[in-house]
Amino acid sequence: MGILTSNVDPSSPTFAANAAAQHAHLADLAHEVATAVAGGGEKYQARHAARGKLGARERIELLLDAGSPFLEFSTLAGYGSEFTVGGALVTGLGVVSGTECVIAANDPTVRGGSINPFGLRKHLRALEIARENRLPVINLVESGGADLPTQADLFIPAGQLFRDLTRLSALGIPTIALVFGNSTAGGAYVPGMCDYAVLVDRGAKVFLGGPPLVKMATGEESDDESLGGARMHATISGLGDYFAVDEPDAIRIGREIVAGLHWRKQGPGPVTEPLEPREDPSEMLGIVSADLKVPFDPREVIARLVDDSAFDEYKERYGTSLVCGWATLSGYKIGILANAHGVLFNEEARKGAAFISLANQRDTALLFLHNTTGYMVGKEYEQAGMVKDGAKMINAVANSTVPHLSVIMGSSYGAGNYGMCGRAFSPRFAFSWPGSKVAVMGPEQLAGVLSIVARQSAASTGAPFDEDADARQRAAIEAQIEREQHAFVMSGKLYDDGIIDPRDTRAVLSLCLSAIDGAPYEGRRGFGVFRF
Amino acid sequence: MAEIRTVCIANRGEIARRIMATARRLGITTVLVVTDDDLGMPASLEADVLAYLPGSTIAETYLNGPAIVAAALAHGADAVHPGYGFLSENAAFAQAVVDAGLTFVGPSPEVIAEMGSKVGAKEKMAAAGVPVLAGATVSTASEILKVGAASGWPLLLKASAGGGGRGMRILRGPDGVEQELDAARREAGAAFGDATVFVESYIERPRHVEVQIFGDAHGTVIDLFERECSIQRRYQKVLEESPSPGITDDVRVQLRAAARAAGAALHYVGAGTVEFIVAPNGSIAFLEVNTRLQVEHPVTEAVTGLDLVELQFIVASGAPLPKAAIDAQPEGHAIEVRLYAEDPTSGFLPQTGTLEDFSVPESVRVDSAVDAGSVVVATYDPMLAKIIAWAPTRTAAAATLADALRRSAIAGVATNRDLLIGVLEDEEFLAGATTTAFLDERGVDALVDIRRSSIEPLIGAAALAVFLEHHQTSPVPSAVPVGYRNVLTQPQVVVLDVDGRAIEVAVVFAGRQAEVAVGDGEAFTFVDIDEDEFVALVALDLVAVAVTTLGRERFRATSATDLVDVTVLPRFSPPRVALAAGSLQAPMPGTVVRIDVAVGDVVAQDDALLALEAMKMEHTIRAPFAGTVTAVPVTVGHQVTAGDPLVVVEADHD
Repeated sequence: MGILTSNVDPSSPTFAANAAAQHAHLADLAHEVATAVAGGGEKYQARHAARGKLGARERIELLLDAGSPFLEFSTLAGYGSEFTVGGALVTGLGVVSGTECVIAANDPTVRGGSINPFGLRKHLRALEIARENRLPVINLVESGGADLPTQADLFIPAGQLFRDLTRLSALGIPTIALVFGNSTAGGAYVPGMCDYAVLVDRGAKVFLGGPPLVKMATGEESDDESLGGARMHATISGLGDYFAVDEPDAIRIGREIVAGLHWRKQGPGPVTEPLEPREDPSEMLGIVSADLKVPFDPREVIARLVDDSAFDEYKERYGTSLVCGWATLSGYKIGILANAHGVLFNEEARKGAAFISLANQRDTALLFLHNTTGYMVGKEYEQAGMVKDGAKMINAVANSTVPHLSVIMGSSYGAGNYGMCGRAFSPRFAFSWPGSKVAVMGPEQLAGVLSIVARQSAASTGAPFDEDADARQRAAIEAQIEREQHAFVMSGKLYDDGIIDPRDTRAVLSLCLSAIDGAPYEGRRGFGVFRF
Repeated sequence: MAEIRTVCIANRGEIARRIMATARRLGITTVLVVTDDDLGMPASLEADVLAYLPGSTIAETYLNGPAIVAAALAHGADAVHPGYGFLSENAAFAQAVVDAGLTFVGPSPEVIAEMGSKVGAKEKMAAAGVPVLAGATVSTASEILKVGAASGWPLLLKASAGGGGRGMRILRGPDGVEQELDAARREAGAAFGDATVFVESYIERPRHVEVQIFGDAHGTVIDLFERECSIQRRYQKVLEESPSPGITDDVRVQLRAAARAAGAALHYVGAGTVEFIVAPNGSIAFLEVNTRLQVEHPVTEAVTGLDLVELQFIVASGAPLPKAAIDAQPEGHAIEVRLYAEDPTSGFLPQTGTLEDFSVPESVRVDSAVDAGSVVVATYDPMLAKIIAWAPTRTAAAATLADALRRSAIAGVATNRDLLIGVLEDEEFLAGATTTAFLDERGVDALVDIRRSSIEPLIGAAALAVFLEHHQTSPVPSAVPVGYRNVLTQPQVVVLDVDGRAIEVAVVFAGRQAEVAVGDGEAFTFVDIDEDEFVALVALDLVAVAVTTLGRERFRATSATDLVDVTVLPRFSPPRVALAAGSLQAPMPGTVVRIDVAVGDVVAQDDALLALEAMKMEHTIRAPFAGTVTAVPVTVGHQVTAGDPLVVVEADHD
């Protein structure tokens, strides 16, 4: 297999400028992440701690094995919305008792840990990751149920949380609820739908309705403990499977439950001993162009991602704007599709389609490295069948059954996002680099298109065209798209699983591939590989 | 001449091993008495013959004179060596040995009896012209008050039959005299079978200096120079050295002359020690004569090159002291430290357990009771070993000894090692400013901190090794850095047991580097983390630490200067039956010797509730707050283990 050699000069001004741009993006990211980590803010965190309770992230830290990684998902959920960034929930992937698990912890410092539309989507996404990769799920519950003022947006879709939990169970994927505090109404069904429920003495309150609601409904006078305390559920209702004397005890029991699962991964496993890349992953920041309009060679990224920087390139001299090839990453075999010059032409679309179907024949996972402006437009390309060729690639990716990973490095515009396995195509994991941009097209193009359409409309009706108003409108639309295509906004809408430091990409993808190895997979078969 | 061919050793632990080492060299067969506790301990593996002593209390075993004499006879011994402690200064035992036709390796029963009474000894020494302190035998509080009024406070209250400081109490004034007298008499009675106590003037901040004497059956009494043993805790010696660093040659001459005078007056035969206190003004006063080999005899051996146990055998057999002893001249400086299984920072609470490791560098002499794997129980003195260094100068001896202690592997049972290192590296100690108040004045916490702060990089490295080992056995690929977080929120924590201390280590990983905080210490950076090599940057120093795995969750960290063994403590304590609030738990295994309260009693904060005897020390359990006694689940004589509830006090609600 060929070894990639780097042409990047870390002492060049271009490298320095690129790295400076990435550092600025990372600083912005750190700022937003800090907001999410702060949860309900100092006052509520202090109040929670004063009650002798652990925070969501403290619970997770105590749950994880020593030295275990924790890959947090969707940290910026709700970014750009009226809701607190993070969705009052922390989700992620980590190792508990030697087993990779999906963890979801309510953040009780944000509106009592109540579920808002973003927290719901984040929770559902975590359960989807658990289902696709056969990972046990541990819910660290302390939630007042639905965030009532948003119930109109929440009530109907929230049923999916119950449905997915019990479907996981039906698939034989263990589901565990450690209940630390309120687990009211909708929240009560989380322990209710899980295989194992651990309730903390004098903490857990698991009931459909608390004393005020019961009073309103039936007039009965009651108290928290008799309606939903750990002691009651352990001895009378039988909802509690394990009685924990305190929060750490619940976490200890949770760890023991996982240990007792003797969970086995069902994937094919790594095929080689991993070798570190020959090129330095810490140089990743200097590779992505500061100005995304300037293309960069994705082989520089691949050389810093894959084992031994070894890459077996497919059709190296054909459709050169899409780099395809085989490699191993942490010993797992992968096929890589990476955009080189932004645009996908007919050849690139056909090459991509063929490569994806080949990966299915080889039962090899695919990694998509996005930096595309989309499929080519123009008479020559349309007449050559651009739509047909683009459709081949999208068809291939949509019906591929090997696991897909997507990393948005730079731009990901138009149908190029689809062909490269954007969120709608259900990659097992999707992460973005902090300066990346995702939209139907670039802001200038989009504003320009609207302007031309308006001008044509004016011309067709004979109405006068206001050039000043058009200029203002173009600027406004450009600004709007510029905002909306921002990586944080996309991540805030759960269109990826989070934004990562480019230097961490190899670590993150290794973790994802290890998680993917939890479930068996097999490529789509039935035809020979079409030589499109 | 009564040639000694087979000696019965009426002792255990390090002194038994010490005696056997010389006996083996001299071709003397050894018969060692041994109990269930000591079977399998190093001493029992080194004896030629073991004589089993049945019984579970020391009264039935090591204090059982008739059984020991019978064992000696049964196994064909012609002599009995009593070691130190136990029956070594028991005149009746010495007499029984002699009466059985055996040689007692020690002075005559008469001399033992005479010196066994501290009051009598003082009178005898005063008559021989040895300087003594004013004092009197007392049996009531009013007698003490009379002495206090006559010769002034403070006074020292001591057991007449005592030794090793047991039962000693300082009386600063008339308050509480009655309670202290009761406690002293009770302790003296329990420990020595004689409740006689006496008081004498208490000298503040003295040095404790003693002179080794030796006498033979031919009328020769020599002295083998002095040892200073000022550094003590609870009146028990911690560090001994020779020569004394803080006395003038004039005082040295006075001490040696007084010791020889004492020996001559007693027609002393055998090894003995004449103990003195030296006041800050240089005046000396006789304390007592110990009619046996001292624990700290190795420092004398180190400066003279003599084998004191061999000399004991020679004079016991009736031969004259050899010329080498008579002509001995001291050379260089020797320091001995006593390694105790105890926690210096919690009132020297004795520690028990299984010694996982015990290995001391070969630069020093080690007289130990234990080996790796030995079980340390609460029945006996908590001394594990004596470690002795010799060098041409005192500074060099202290440095050698501190270095050896720093690089010793001692794990599984908490010890006073850090305190010993702290003393040996303390400026005042190195300046020779040693008095019996040394530990109090320098502060145990500050002294132990000298080493504890210097081993933080080792503890930090061990913690990193814990994380790495877990990481390597996890299902996660090695390309994922240990402890990787894409969202960094807080340090990752592991709790390690280091010499009995539970230390929380907080780590923030950053690729091949890590920020580490050990306990309450200031955070520092590891600039390189490799599989088993760690480099810490502490202030401006780079400290390289190697870590090896010793076993399940056990690691050893080694730097150029230190060695630390750690055990990973479980993150979660197993749930246990909740104790009633206000339960006072036994701090250590022991026997309940006194109960001062009954159910329903109203107690004030700090009131004595009961007393526990453990490792020969009486520990009073006091009320932590004012309240009412609601339960006393123990009775006098009850054997308790650490953590057992003793008394339940319900707090007053104001």
